[in-house]
Amino acid sequence: MDSKKWDKIATGVLYFIAGVMILILAFLLIFILWNGLPHVSWHFLTSPAKSFQSGGGIGIQLFNSFYLLILSMLISIPISIGAGIYLSEYAKKNWLTNLVRTSIDILSSLPSIVVGLFGFLVFSISAGLGFSILSGALALTVFNLPLLTRNVEESLRSISGSQREAGLALGLSKWETVLKIIIPEALPGIITGMILGAGRVFGEAAALIYTAGQSAPPLDFTNWNPFYIASPLNPLRPAETLAVHIWKINSEGIMPDASQVSAGASAVLIIAVLIFNFGARYVGNHIYRKMTGTK
Amino acid sequence: MQNYASEDRYIKELDPKKHEIALSTEDLHVFYGTSEAIHGVSLPFERFKITALIGASGSGKSTYLRSLNRMNDNIEGTRVDGKIMYRDIDINGKGVNVYEMRKHIGMVFQRPNPFSKSIYDNITFAPKRNGIKNKKVLDELVETTLKQAALWDQVKDQLDQSALALSGGQQQRLCIARAIAMKPDILLLDEPASALDPISTSTVEDTLLSLKDHYTIIIVTHNMQQAGRISDYTAFFHLGNVLEYDITSNVFQRPKIQATEDYVSGRFG
Repeated sequence: MDSKKWDKIATGVLYFIAGVMILILAFLLIFILWNGLPHVSWHFLTSPAKSFQSGGGIGIQLFNSFYLLILSMLISIPISIGAGIYLSEYAKKNWLTNLVRTSIDILSSLPSIVVGLFGFLVFSISAGLGFSILSGALALTVFNLPLLTRNVEESLRSISGSQREAGLALGLSKWETVLKIIIPEALPGIITGMILGAGRVFGEAAALIYTAGQSAPPLDFTNWNPFYIASPLNPLRPAETLAVHIWKINSEGIMPDASQVSAGASAVLIIAVLIFNFGARYVGNHIYRKMTGTK
Repeated sequence: MQNYASEDRYIKELDPKKHEIALSTEDLHVFYGTSEAIHGVSLPFERFKITALIGASGSGKSTYLRSLNRMNDNIEGTRVDGKIMYRDIDINGKGVNVYEMRKHIGMVFQRPNPFSKSIYDNITFAPKRNGIKNKKVLDELVETTLKQAALWDQVKDQLDQSALALSGGQQQRLCIARAIAMKPDILLLDEPASALDPISTSTVEDTLLSLKDHYTIIIVTHNMQQAGRISDYTAFFHLGNVLEYDITSNVFQRPKIQATEDYVSGRFG
């Protein structure tokens, strides 16, 4: 057979594979949204869950998910940026930094349930934090940090070395060059990675089951003092997140409308993750256009 | 390529009484790891003149240029031995503040590398970091440097636009403007026109000629016509040695060394 024919066959196969992928994704999305959206209402989004009766919502779980997300990003973003800058700009090529990189790669491929059990052992038991938002946030940091660090490192690395030379040749110090030239140019990539990381954290369940806990005690939304036990901001209270809630309803839910609540919560979770993903693309593109002046 | 005896050299001596020397190297060696890229080069560079460094690819001319403001410091495993004398100071010495030194010895690179900032910010970025805050002074600096780089008329109405939207030739002239905004003594240029089309090249050349009154310029070039057109002195690099250094017309019309003659007449390179 001639090469032209082969080319056509190969292209066809690639199209077919891509088509199958898209179909699976579309089927999943439509299935989840179709089943779940009818149960989503303002009441469902804002009211607390019920254990034995029908008509419960996901309000507290939704709040917990966001609070946990913010807390864990507050911890992991500064660390990952620092580590990423070090690895990309300062680390010398030797066995030690190779070891660090390999460790990060291994860490990023740890199963999340292992991270959860590690968090349970270290944060909940040894550090005495119990089932709490703080334990959960720390476990999520362990889970998310390797990927964020790698993302920061790759984003910085993708900036051409000629930009670094330009800064140095103007008499700027290395730190000034990194801080004022390289980081701003890498910002779209860094932010995109952070938002995608946020989406990943938002949908995470296994790492939280034994750290943030599986119960959502009622919250008093009138008292925002972080030291008050029922305060929404109290970082030491147990906090079941949306993803954990879905897992729990499906494994041991005894409310009459368990399947509806599960479907509705899944739909909300999927929508939130989609917003994170599209938001990442939009924000990344927007910053890039703003900085480079291209339309 | 024919083998030329590296002992066969002609290095013109510049009488310090008649020529003011802005920068000179004494027995400069550059090593990449264990291999020696520059085998002891001693050259003087006269003030307010253009000196061209020519030679085939891999002859070491860019490596030599990059050691003059110690840009090779940033490449792991590079070592530079020998003296680089600037205002009676050996700037290759240990106690030298490299960042401060680079404010006096600026550099423009082969590929235009403007920051992804506005045209205005590209020029004012480094001066601002050095404490110039007065808006009026900065505005003036932008105008004078862009005029010196022959770019002002084309961009004066779009100073707040991104530098990346400029053409390659304009970007390179912006990089020249950015370099001279630091008011350096010496300007090092590493094949500044090799990525540009002929028209942009000739604009950049005109720019350099007009800058000669205020700056000492050392330029690496692949293009022998370019060296002939703009430079006062020419150094011919061959395999990490300078085989001939003389006033430009001599190098091109009456070379004293066989290797130089073969190179400038296009027999290799």
